[in-house]
Amino acid sequence: MGHMSKEQSQLLSKIATGNGHGEDSPYFDGWKAYDENPYHPTNNPHGVIQMGLAENQLTADLVEEWVMSNPEASICTPEGVTDFKAIANFQDYHGLPEFRKGVAKFMAKCRGNRVKFEAERIVMSGGATGAHEVTTFCLADPGDAFLVPTPYYPGFDRDLRWRTGVQLVPVTCESSNNFKLTKQALEDAYDKARQDNIRVKGLLITNPSNPLGTILDRATLRTIVKFINDKRIHLVCDEIYAATVFSHPGFISIAEILEEETDMECDRDLVHIVYSLSKDMGFPGFRVGIIYSYNDKVVQCARKMSSFGLVSSQTQHLLASMLNDDEFVGRFLAESAKRLGERYRVFTKGLGQVGIKCLPSNAGLFLWMDLRRLLKKATFEAEMELWRVIIHEVKINVSPGASFHCSEPGWFRVCYANMDDEAVKVSLQRIHTFVLKNKDVVVPDKKRCWQDSLRLSLIKNRRFDDIIMSPHSPIPHSPLVNATN
Amino acid sequence: MRLLSRKATCNTHGQDSSYFLGWEEYEKNPYDKVKNPNGIIQMGLAENQLSFDLLESWLAKNPDVSGFKRDGKSIFRELALFQDYHGLPLFKKALVDFMAEIRGNKVTFDPNHMVLTAGATSANETLMFCVAEEGDAFLLPTPYYPGFDRDLKWRTGVEIVPIQCTSSNNFRITESALEQAYQDARKRNLRVKGVLVTNPSNPLGTTLSRNEFDLLVDFIKDKETMHLISDEIYSGTVFSSPSFVSVMEILKEMTPNDAAKIWNRVHVVYSLSKDLGLPGFRVGAIYSENDAVVAAATKMSSFGLVSSQTQYLLAAMLSDNKFTKKYISENQKRLRRRQRMLVTGLQKAGIKCLKSNAGLFCWVDMRHLLCSNTFEAEMELWKKIVYQVGLNISPGSSCHCSEPGWFRVCFANMSQDTLNVAMKRVKNFVTDSTGAECGSSSACFTKSFSNWVFRLSSRDHRAPEER
Repeated sequence: MGHMSKEQSQLLSKIATGNGHGEDSPYFDGWKAYDENPYHPTNNPHGVIQMGLAENQLTADLVEEWVMSNPEASICTPEGVTDFKAIANFQDYHGLPEFRKGVAKFMAKCRGNRVKFEAERIVMSGGATGAHEVTTFCLADPGDAFLVPTPYYPGFDRDLRWRTGVQLVPVTCESSNNFKLTKQALEDAYDKARQDNIRVKGLLITNPSNPLGTILDRATLRTIVKFINDKRIHLVCDEIYAATVFSHPGFISIAEILEEETDMECDRDLVHIVYSLSKDMGFPGFRVGIIYSYNDKVVQCARKMSSFGLVSSQTQHLLASMLNDDEFVGRFLAESAKRLGERYRVFTKGLGQVGIKCLPSNAGLFLWMDLRRLLKKATFEAEMELWRVIIHEVKINVSPGASFHCSEPGWFRVCYANMDDEAVKVSLQRIHTFVLKNKDVVVPDKKRCWQDSLRLSLIKNRRFDDIIMSPHSPIPHSPLVNATN
Repeated sequence: MRLLSRKATCNTHGQDSSYFLGWEEYEKNPYDKVKNPNGIIQMGLAENQLSFDLLESWLAKNPDVSGFKRDGKSIFRELALFQDYHGLPLFKKALVDFMAEIRGNKVTFDPNHMVLTAGATSANETLMFCVAEEGDAFLLPTPYYPGFDRDLKWRTGVEIVPIQCTSSNNFRITESALEQAYQDARKRNLRVKGVLVTNPSNPLGTTLSRNEFDLLVDFIKDKETMHLISDEIYSGTVFSSPSFVSVMEILKEMTPNDAAKIWNRVHVVYSLSKDLGLPGFRVGAIYSENDAVVAAATKMSSFGLVSSQTQYLLAAMLSDNKFTKKYISENQKRLRRRQRMLVTGLQKAGIKCLKSNAGLFCWVDMRHLLCSNTFEAEMELWKKIVYQVGLNISPGSSCHCSEPGWFRVCFANMSQDTLNVAMKRVKNFVTDSTGAECGSSSACFTKSFSNWVFRLSSRDHRAPEER
């Protein structure tokens, strides 16, 4: 945003002039490096490969094929134009009935039809970004807080806090138990917030997790449900990666816990799901966000707020058709899981060949890479240094763990579903070359005495609270961006 | 501890207003020429349904666009992935050119100063978030679009203080009204951050005069933290003279000295919902020369971006200059004809309208039909019109009009036949009720009036987005 004059800061609001949008982070270097020198197999084979972008490009061909074979789903084709007027005119914030029905069915299918979703509870929003902000506006007042397990998606800092005035309180998860969320960690975070006079209104979990790529097991989900009921706080479950689960164990949605774990007391008014089609179907451009709440008042309020970010009726119409095509949806979900699983195997194998381990995962569009042994020291500065090397020498844009508020340095998120097989090969080759070249620099596994120095460095390095805000892809070299006429 | 937020449990969203209640009645009993000829005719919906055929014929001639193709090649994948909040460059260029064309090319717009948002609803709220905060107020001339109560105030915490306009001078903004509003705000301990006008006006259907512009500019010129927001969503609906003057034109005509004082604080809101009749597509825009506003608003647009699919379609459509030229002029022609029909029809029933040259509605004077010069009487009349006459029109009080007896009646969201039916009903109603006695409404039942309004509003409405 650049330097703000004193005049400007009085002319505009604090929200506008502050940095709650989160984009002033030094981590933007990775994006800049990519923007200035993007990889292209023939035009720029030595450019930076984008692996910081959690997009799902593996199934675009399936969707494309469907769109071409179903011209009536578009209101612009001769087959579909008779619907043009009605659709172009349709701005009811309840959404097209067929669209809601299709979304409810799709959500159920992603969960193996083990649960059903009511179309009347489906509320639209401007992507999951909009869904999170609306949900926060409905559940919390300025100054209230949400607990969020670390590491977490950097966008939450903006989506939950920026215009709402709500705070985020981290619930620390550690590598010692594979970053699992524990009851102790929840209690500790809650108690600390209370001590600091912060009113906790809810807990936000992302399941499957970004950036970990893991899913929550039944025991943890039960622990969570018990916790929020005991404390009478809300539970917001971001299930945006629900259909990216590609292997065992199977995904368990909070909806299933509500339906099945009937021995547990759970006030449904406290439970809300945020969803989107951006990851599972690979359509971030269509801005389809969904809020699904079990609380009637929240549904009503969120629906009124959805006026600020409705899904284009043109898009609703297209997707209504697509999502109600049961044969296509079944085939799509199966194929998507297969391709993601394959990509995961290729990548983890490739990394394994040079001794790079990843957190074992079975979902998401990325890996949580353990590069601790490549750090000069177990500090976030060293993580930054390594990150700059990866960007400028290895020429891969990956996301450093600190940007996800990870409590331990040395972890990096690397995305693998936003490129073709060739690019995967190239990126693995580059990593191999780098690791082999720097073999002698690898720090051997010392005694884990860095936990103490870690806490110190966390306090020292508050600038690491500025995080990468990179939910958007400028894709400067996309033909869409370059076209002027 | 309260379970939900204050915002969730208050009613600042404004949907308990009579404006939206008429919807419900219409939804329960909608007019259909064949299936429900005695149903309620919807005249409370400012939609433009007059020119869809032009859009449809364009689509028929441009098959590539419909198939997500450019030069025969599929671009579906790129579109599906495109979520850059800077927007599709092709679309922004086409949109600014379209806006310029509507203004007779007397001004040009730079696509880099434009921010795309999910409808004008989102544009207006986003602008508020950028230029004001809790404890601040914006001055708005009355009567104004009821949705502003939600869009400008609800989640932002900003207040609206009315600039009271009256029929004595055809609801024009006066210097004293502006000053009075400013003082009212100060009395309420609110910091005035600016003025927001809708030009052409909803619900008046008139365009701002140069005199009013002078007043507004003078008002904010030396108050260095004050903004002027011009919602120009109806700019393409101006169908007769005086021709439309955009605030951007005013800026352009100012002396460099004067312009320098305010160019940084003037912002325009636009949308394709009215001019092109595409409210479902959610295409809104903020235009500002203030880089900081553009930067902040762009980031905020993440909460409500325009679907890339829609950007792509409209980029192609609006880039077709032959088409846009024809559309703009034909659309205006049809609007003019339709407005004439309404005005004449009402005239035959002895009802006058405020002289208007724009918009999708008329501001109708029914003061002479009131039993008393009160808002209770206005509500009584409104109920009669909805239930007995079978027309959903919008009472002036829902638009915060300071005088009872005015109603907004829309004319562009129905067929000609339906409009004729509506006019016949009005004529019959007036003829029948001449000499009829009024009910006992002389007393001021302000409290019971608002109770009635809120009693009717206890649930979630099927209220479409509206203006």
